[in-house]
Amino acid sequence: MILVLIEHADNKVKKAGLEALTIAKQLAVKTSSEVGAIVIGSIEDPESLGNYGADQCFLIDHPNLQQFDTSNYTQVVAQIAKDKGADIVILSHTSKGKALVGRLAIKLESDVLSGVSQFVGVEDGTLLLKKPVFAGKGIASFKLNAKKAVFTLLGNAVQPQTFDGSCTVITREVSVAPPREKVVKVDRATGEVPLPEAEIVVSAGRGMKGPENWGIIEDLAKELGATTACSRPVADMDWRPHHEHVGQTGIAISPNLYIAAGISGAIQHLAGVNSSKNIVVINKDPEAPFFKAADYGVVGDLFEVVPRLTEAIRKFKNNQ
Amino acid sequence: MNILVCISKTPETTAPIDFTPDGGALKTEGMNYILNPYDEWYALVRALELKEANGGQVHVINVGPSSNDIVIRKALAIGAEEAYRVDCDPKDAWMVAAEIHAFAKDKNYDIIFTGKETLDYSGSLVPGMLAELLQIPFISYANHLEQSDNTLICHREIEGGYEEVEVSTPVVISAAKGLAEQRIPNMRGIMMAKRKPLHVLEAQCVAPKQDLIHYEKPPARTGVQLIDPENMDELVRLLHEEAKVI
Ligand SMILES: Cc1cc2nc3c(=O)[nH]c(=O)nc-3n(C[C@H](O)[C@H](O)[C@H](O)COP(=O)(O)OP(=O)(O)OC[C@H]3O[C@@H](n4cnc5c(N)ncnc54)[C@H](O)[C@@H]3O)c2cc1C
Repeated sequence: MILVLIEHADNKVKKAGLEALTIAKQLAVKTSSEVGAIVIGSIEDPESLGNYGADQCFLIDHPNLQQFDTSNYTQVVAQIAKDKGADIVILSHTSKGKALVGRLAIKLESDVLSGVSQFVGVEDGTLLLKKPVFAGKGIASFKLNAKKAVFTLLGNAVQPQTFDGSCTVITREVSVAPPREKVVKVDRATGEVPLPEAEIVVSAGRGMKGPENWGIIEDLAKELGATTACSRPVADMDWRPHHEHVGQTGIAISPNLYIAAGISGAIQHLAGVNSSKNIVVINKDPEAPFFKAADYGVVGDLFEVVPRLTEAIRKFKNNQ
Repeated sequence: MNILVCISKTPETTAPIDFTPDGGALKTEGMNYILNPYDEWYALVRALELKEANGGQVHVINVGPSSNDIVIRKALAIGAEEAYRVDCDPKDAWMVAAEIHAFAKDKNYDIIFTGKETLDYSGSLVPGMLAELLQIPFISYANHLEQSDNTLICHREIEGGYEEVEVSTPVVISAAKGLAEQRIPNMRGIMMAKRKPLHVLEAQCVAPKQDLIHYEKPPARTGVQLIDPENMDELVRLLHEEAKVI
């Protein structure tokens, strides 16, 4: 069995969870295996995971699992993996997945890889995977034991696919100790898609001159249904919240579309965004290094170009 | 409070990255290496601040060949008391975690710090592995930490914000930006580092849990297409028809 730990929030499955299911299904088809979805907590309509490739869904709810604890989550995922004799466990490359993957690999004594961008295939009992390395300046191929592996999948590595399938929902009783990592408070921006999952990201840098000017960036993001991001100096100066900082020392993202306004394109910035599938750069300096890494470039003053782009998108959407 | 900080060496952030023609290896000739920034700026500095407030010792450990001694000396210059280097050339995170576990399991460190990831393979695997091997809690991506007695209050970075987590020592903590402010080693620190102990330990040499078989460069972008700043309808058309992203 190929197992997936399903990421969810506010009782809804996150896109990251569906992406992991899609890869699990591809793997299951190649290895004549089944897909099991693990849900810790509760989601609406778990049967619907069948439409995304799951054959079985294991629901685990327990008061001591209400909050995230790396030992407890590792314990329950490992338990199902052992009971089902699972070959592979897939996690999303999110804060939870990254916190669990190392622990789980030790607990299951399995091969392990994190931040996978591509599932290449299964051959003679080995699993072939690729991931970006050296801050996106290279891609490395890895071989793992296809009978015993754990990996995390990068956001937007694959488009979720739907299938005609049904899934059996199984509620599992577990006993877990009180968490040793006691979450006492959660402070999280709500409503916006988190950066690593966003399909479209609108980002801005020091060219914005000051935090009071961000309205035009937020308008553009709203029109596109995008998440906002920023360069490092902007976060360092507290113009924008720290969790928006992308780049080598911030968050690494790979959206389908990255729009950068007033960002020069320093190598450390590119390191976190160069896996984006399409890049639009708006900068008044035609020599800005970012243009070399862009697909589409607009040389101009962002204070004029950005509102014009927002307006053009609004017009386009009205004509659709 | 005794603290162990796990440190690693990584290519400098602006280093050009290239591979041998057969994709078998990274070209390392002329490459500049640095102490991994998350280990240096955040993990090590926060460890030193805790020691300064409470007493105790800060030790650093690296799993690697003797060519790593230069970055280990830097950690000593910044303020660690003693350094340990396990002498082997690790092929993956498991080889690193297994060596550090073998060293640390009977040492009773209160906190084991790592960086949130290394800049080369961005694995984020070593700290979780260590926590599981030692059967202790793990706070990943900590960007804030306060201490009262044996209890630590940490902020664990999550998508779009943070969780405030209370945890007792011993614990493994991986450090993210915000945990501390970078310290530049001064002349005295650099001189003292030369006399501080750097112990070289024999490795256990476990087998790796992943097999890196090939490197390639990412597909090159085809070149930028410039669009008239007056004509954003054209950009929207291209994003819709050509890139198919809106
Ligand atoms: C170890 C290390 C790690 C780093 N990590 C990161 C990281 O993770 N992320 C990151 O972003 N940076 C990182 N940096 C910093 C990086 O090197 C750059 O300094 C930073 O990315 C620059 O930010 P910026 O592009 O917003 O600002 P600037 O470099 O100042 O660029 C501003 C740009 O705005 C343009 N501009 C100004 N006014 C307008 C206007 N009206 N209209 C249009 N364009 C305009 C300018 O032409 C310029 O290109 C790191 C640096 C180091 C040394």
